[in-house]
Amino acid sequence: MQKQYSLKKLELKANEIRQDIIKMLVKAGSGHSAGPLGMADVFTALYFSVLNHDPKNPLWEERDRLILSNGHICPVRYAVMAESGYFPIKELDTLRKFGSRLQGHPERERLPGIETTSGPLGSGLSQAAGIAYVGKYLDKTNWRVYCAMSDGEQEAGQTWEAAMFAGKNKLDNLTAIIDRNNIQIDGFTEDIMPLEPLRAKYEAFNWQVLEVDGHNIEQIIDACNEAKAIHQKPTVIIAHTIPGKGVDFMENKFEWHGKPPTAEEAKIALQELRTLGGKISSEHE
Amino acid sequence: MSSMLNTKVYLSEKVFQDDIEKVPTRNGYGEGLVLAGEKNKNVVVLCADLTESTRSEAFKIKFPDRFIEVGVAEQNMASLAAGMALAGKIPFISSYATFSPGRNNEQIRTTIAINNVNVKIAGAHAGISVGPDGATHQALEDMALMRVMPRMSVIYPCDAVEAKKATIAASQIEGPLYLRFARAGTPQFTTEQTPFQFGVAEVFFIGSDVTIVACGPLVYEALLAAQQLEKEGISVEVINNHTIKPLDKNTILESVKKTRALVTVEEHQVAGGMGSAVCEMLSQNFLVPVEMVGIKDRFGESGEPEELWNAFGLSHPHIVEAVKKVLKRK
Repeated sequence: MQKQYSLKKLELKANEIRQDIIKMLVKAGSGHSAGPLGMADVFTALYFSVLNHDPKNPLWEERDRLILSNGHICPVRYAVMAESGYFPIKELDTLRKFGSRLQGHPERERLPGIETTSGPLGSGLSQAAGIAYVGKYLDKTNWRVYCAMSDGEQEAGQTWEAAMFAGKNKLDNLTAIIDRNNIQIDGFTEDIMPLEPLRAKYEAFNWQVLEVDGHNIEQIIDACNEAKAIHQKPTVIIAHTIPGKGVDFMENKFEWHGKPPTAEEAKIALQELRTLGGKISSEHE
Repeated sequence: MSSMLNTKVYLSEKVFQDDIEKVPTRNGYGEGLVLAGEKNKNVVVLCADLTESTRSEAFKIKFPDRFIEVGVAEQNMASLAAGMALAGKIPFISSYATFSPGRNNEQIRTTIAINNVNVKIAGAHAGISVGPDGATHQALEDMALMRVMPRMSVIYPCDAVEAKKATIAASQIEGPLYLRFARAGTPQFTTEQTPFQFGVAEVFFIGSDVTIVACGPLVYEALLAAQQLEKEGISVEVINNHTIKPLDKNTILESVKKTRALVTVEEHQVAGGMGSAVCEMLSQNFLVPVEMVGIKDRFGESGEPEELWNAFGLSHPHIVEAVKKVLKRK
């Protein structure tokens, strides 16, 4: 079972996660910066408050399943997994290196607890729905299924095939979380392929839609709890985030989607994160 | 030296009679699903709006709670099944082979094969014998797609009874697996007693001049060719190579070392198919002249199954011709 952390502690933890991400990426020399930083608060909320899981027993049968659909933001998941005790924090240094369990995009069999292989966009929600279907109808389990997705992959047809399936089957044990950071590799989502009105799209597919400030940990936790109380519908939480959140020169810049900081940039980024002083807005500072 | 039917494989007594019963291999899939479902409650079946024609219907009637209709969404079906397998189920996904593993190939690669989960992919309507539906629905590349994928096993049964055995076997083999079925009725020439073991090819006709390695319903055409050639004094060995991957290297090598000539027969592109797999293996072990009977880099078209087999050079007269050709190169 999870220890209960105060919101203040969770916010500090999210800041540590961001520092882990910068350190990992600069050591790896490749990888994605903006998405992992932008989802640090959501993943901190999930691993340190929302999910029922046991880092010492990653395949515990009763665990909640978290499916990461947009596998490229795996540095944030690796960082929260290490910080919550799945493996030594030191292992984060092996990201993207030969022989590492921390593959550039997650591979299920290499790292217990990672749940699925992912990276190619648009297939996570289907896998989450498949697991949720077994949980709700075939095995009638108590665990829940969470699926973290990017906004860019809402452009993939398979996402909507899965959304239709989950809506039809009233998968109320499924909570999807969309990282609505408005960027993708080639630019801003609304320029590349407009997603709005995203809320109305999911509502039309028979989902319950909640929207949160993706950097407000209290809102994220509350929305996840609210989703548990919704019956006969899957829930999607649209988490409005700032890509690159916490590092001034990365924020809101799609150029940082798919590259790591240089050693020099990492130094600046880490200094900024360490001396935060109210930079990430918090009602609990 | 003479050639003859291998009595140890217990082929039907009617094997060379005109009134031999014709049954589509997909029927064997339907029967096998029900039997697999009875044996193991974790077997579930998903279908993408083709329940009747893939013969998933019988399972749906018998186990309605374990049958999942996904609509026209083969990509979703592959990944849903991956999720279900992660949650402990043994999902069979049913569609036409052009759509699955055709349309959903990347989902199979990422969420089934790299994920390494226990999903069985059943591709119905494979081959040009699909007939009147035409090229779009005649899968001729599916075995190539599946056999090059790491971790994926590939089985292509020769008739409905073997299809039933293969389906049950698939439910008991751990890991990703592709099963290939045909639409048209083809001779039911094996029996319940005919041995079927995953990864083990069977010699159906024993001979010494040429080896024919065949798969799917064309195994029967290969037997007809062997029978005809026997009358002309040419001794042909026919191997039913139902498991394309992993390939039964021993059985094929043993035969080819004896005959020193090979004809491969399949209702699939010769590029990348079963014959290619056999040639890849032989080229590294034992070189003999080879003729390949199969589809030669073209798409199918509308017509009746037999008419198409004739037009595309797959029936027994074409196999006879290929045998004679390879003998000249020996």
